Amino acid sequence: MNTLTRADLAEAIYAQVGLSRNESAALLETVLERISAALEAGEPVKIAAFGTFLVRQKGQRVGRNPKTGVEVPILPRKVLAFRPSQVLRARINNQVPPKRDDAA
Amino acid sequence: MTKSELIAQLAAANPHLRQPDVELIVATIFDEITAALARGDRVELRGFGAFSAKRREPRTGRNPRTGAAVAVAGKAVPYFKPGKELRERINGGPPQKATSPAQGAASARVA
Repeated sequence: MNTLTRADLAEAIYAQVGLSRNESAALLETVLERISAALEAGEPVKIAAFGTFLVRQKGQRVGRNPKTGVEVPILPRKVLAFRPSQVLRARINNQVPPKRDDAA
Repeated sequence: MTKSELIAQLAAANPHLRQPDVELIVATIFDEITAALARGDRVELRGFGAFSAKRREPRTGRNPRTGAAVAVAGKAVPYFKPGKELRERINGGPPQKATSPAQGAASARVA
């Protein structure tokens, strides 16, 4: 199993769009930064045919240190969830995506 | 924020780029991630998160209405694990722990 990194995505932009490698990398970074900033503001990010990133609020609960058994409060926090769209689900199984994409 | 809003933001920040190029840039990013997952590869974007495809084994499911057994084929399910930096940003900076790990361990030994 291979792992793609920023460099691979920047290379794909370079190959597809024909911008310089430097600018391709900078634009990828801008895209990730804009998505992060929207999520930081608590705003969901919907990418059609890919999926939705959304911030969920979790309440406080009592946790336990599994090693020592000491009870520790787990503070209220926000977690990031990703809901893949039906199109993405179909594509990664190499299937034809459904006509209507309702999860994106 | 939607994909079209993301494209609009990117276009506004880069007035030297043509609109179709901006659309192609955004499409390329998500298409590349999708293609990687379809190949069974993972995509790791440090500070942002990692995309991977989790394998689900074939199983016997049931039609909830009739109770009839139906074979459910194995499949891959997309998964996203947010990166540490992004998790912390969403929570407004690095976490403030109630007790530091050192204190927790010390009180455990006393108890």
